[in-house]
Amino acid sequence: MIELRGVTKAWPGGAGVQALDLSVPEGECCALIGPSGCGKTTTLRLVNRLVEPDAGSIRIGGADALKQDPVHLRRGIGYVIQEGGLFPHRRIGANVATVPALLGWNAARTRARVEEVLTLVGLDPARYRDRWPHQLSGGERQRVGVARALAADPPVLLLDEPFGAVDPLRRAQLQAEVLSLLKHLRKTVLLVTHDVQEAVRLGDSVALMRGGRLVQHAAPAEMLAHPADGFVAEFLGADRALTRLGLFRIRDVPRDAATVAGEALPEATTLRDALSAMLERGVRAVPVTEGGALTLEAVLRSR
Amino acid sequence: MIGWLRANPDAFLDALLQHLALSVSGLLIGVALALPAALLLARRPVLAEWASAGAGVLRTLPSLAVLAALLPLLGVGFTPSVVALALLALPPVLLHALVGLRGAEPAAVEAARGMGFTPLQSLLRVELPLALPQVFAGLRTAAVQVVSGASLATFIGGGGLGDLVTQGMALLDIPQVQVGGIAIALLALATEGGFGWLQRRWERA
Amino acid sequence: MRWTWRNLDTIGAALGEHVLLVGAALLLAGVVALPLGVLVARRPLWRAAVLGASAGLYSIPTLALFALLVPLLGLGFRAALLALASYAMPVLLRAVVTGLEGVALAVREAADGMGLTPRQKLWQVELPLALPSVLAGLRVAVATLVSAATVAAYIGGGGLGVLILTGLDQGHTEKILVGATLVCALALAADVALRRMQRA
Ligand SMILES: Nc1ncnc2c1ncn2[C@@H]1O[C@H](COP(=O)(O)OP(=O)(O)OP(=O)(O)O)[C@@H](O)[C@H]1O
Ligand SMILES: [Mg+2]
Repeated sequence: MIELRGVTKAWPGGAGVQALDLSVPEGECCALIGPSGCGKTTTLRLVNRLVEPDAGSIRIGGADALKQDPVHLRRGIGYVIQEGGLFPHRRIGANVATVPALLGWNAARTRARVEEVLTLVGLDPARYRDRWPHQLSGGERQRVGVARALAADPPVLLLDEPFGAVDPLRRAQLQAEVLSLLKHLRKTVLLVTHDVQEAVRLGDSVALMRGGRLVQHAAPAEMLAHPADGFVAEFLGADRALTRLGLFRIRDVPRDAATVAGEALPEATTLRDALSAMLERGVRAVPVTEGGALTLEAVLRSR
Repeated sequence: MIGWLRANPDAFLDALLQHLALSVSGLLIGVALALPAALLLARRPVLAEWASAGAGVLRTLPSLAVLAALLPLLGVGFTPSVVALALLALPPVLLHALVGLRGAEPAAVEAARGMGFTPLQSLLRVELPLALPQVFAGLRTAAVQVVSGASLATFIGGGGLGDLVTQGMALLDIPQVQVGGIAIALLALATEGGFGWLQRRWERA
Repeated sequence: MRWTWRNLDTIGAALGEHVLLVGAALLLAGVVALPLGVLVARRPLWRAAVLGASAGLYSIPTLALFALLVPLLGLGFRAALLALASYAMPVLLRAVVTGLEGVALAVREAADGMGLTPRQKLWQVELPLALPSVLAGLRVAVATLVSAATVAAYIGGGGLGVLILTGLDQGHTEKILVGATLVCALALAADVALRRMQRA
């Protein structure tokens, strides 16, 4: 769906993006991570042509994005920028309605859609629609930014740390909700995040960049199990094996039939949490609510 | 133009000196009134509000109207012109100084108090220095206003370079009008530039 | 006060002329300043040159500007109008430019990202956000114009300055005071009205 081939953009000061090959299949979410200044934002801006590449090709939905009218292209791509970028002179409702208005939707349809997307990001339309951006908290503003990007139902979304200003607990929940929703709607998403945990939890694939180059692009479990080099391993963290366990649930691994004492864990528990429970209890097996037991050996074999 | 200057060097010099005398006296009196007033008002928020509002009104009044309105009270000539120019210089200096004094970093003022400065010491040694960039900006605006206003003194017999313009117009002597116009313009630009230079020098020092 | 009662129509006409002069000069200045401001706001080199030149133009005293323009434009309403407009233009230009510069990068980026055309971005986002700055500039421009228009009487522009100048010539105190009072009142009224607009 999104396909970058040999895309290069050099900034006058150096840095930028070099010979980037990256493709995100339709309906999938690719999480873009890497140290600050490695070119994540630049990559997103290349996709909607806020930045023109020096070389390379960009295809979106099979069509050559570089041959399309950029204005037309952008109306079909939802974009949430790092700093929010709400229009301070328009109420929340009008902000969200920006692209529908550009596309000439009628008032009733626009209004219904505004309510829908505000609800989607967890903001009560009745409470927020007529407020001004400056009357919202940073986290609320970011959610409005996401709602605004979703308003015209674009097939492709570019999200640049969309929930950076939301508190960690709420952020995890919100991102999980929004992402599962985007998945359900079969949106193709390029998501920038600073947080490895988030990237592996939310991405169907993870792309790690460094100094404008793509270092590794793989499924989260694959990348955690086989980091391409020392830099990737270090970036993923010394606890990457634990992080990886967080991607699997009890139901994903074979279970032992034996009966074990202690409080049972539901099948949906991640192996990471199950291992933590074993450590806490000092045991080599925990009972599972749905029957059977999970053994330490099963956890170890999952790698 | 050069011809007129050659023929009338004395008239030109007289007008220029008068212009400078008018401007300097007006500016000095205005500043001598505005700065102490700002220092007195800095600690009295309500009065300062009122004074700012008053200065705002005074600043909005057209210069020629201020000059003309003084005539019935003070008559014609140099003195009423200087009074009017002082009135023009007062608002910018007062407004800028008040903004500077009242905007002084609260932490710095707090620290000064904490170190045992009296309110007066704090005002003179901490707040005034901090307000100086603003004061300079006010001075610059006031100086340009005064030099510009002084060119209108000719209408109430105050003299200055404006005389060259009005006399030239009366005699239909275009070169004289042009000499007057250019001299006034250059003086204003030089004042603007000179005070701007002073301001930057001060800010760097 | 006898002169005043007998000459109410003259006074009214002078007031009308003054307002007309200010309004027309403002309009003329705006028609130049708005497109020029939009044009130079995002071009650093032009911007510096144009703003520098216009700042210089603005710091030339009224009488000097008139004195320099009379040989070129002659006397009368039209000459006064052009002189006044060239006086107000720099103020409006600076206001437009600073207003446009004040629009946050993130906001402009969001507008581009959503597919607003440059024209849509200008009219729907940038100019509305520049409005407070433009209104502030308008306030300064109007004060400047009301004041300069008084002096414009000297080059045959008409308006309330005529009362003041002829009053000064004839030693007619009442005439001077009526002119000065009215022009002050006009300046203050315009300022109050524009301040209201700024707050709204
Ligand atoms: N318009 C520009 N002109 C010049 N250099 C730029 C421009 N935009 C970005 N850069 C440079 O390109 C590099 C990559 O920037 P980019 O914004 O893509 O980083 P990022 O990975 O998004 O970082 P962060 O995580 O801090 O947001 C940086 O070194 C930045 O300074
Ligand atoms: Mg970034």
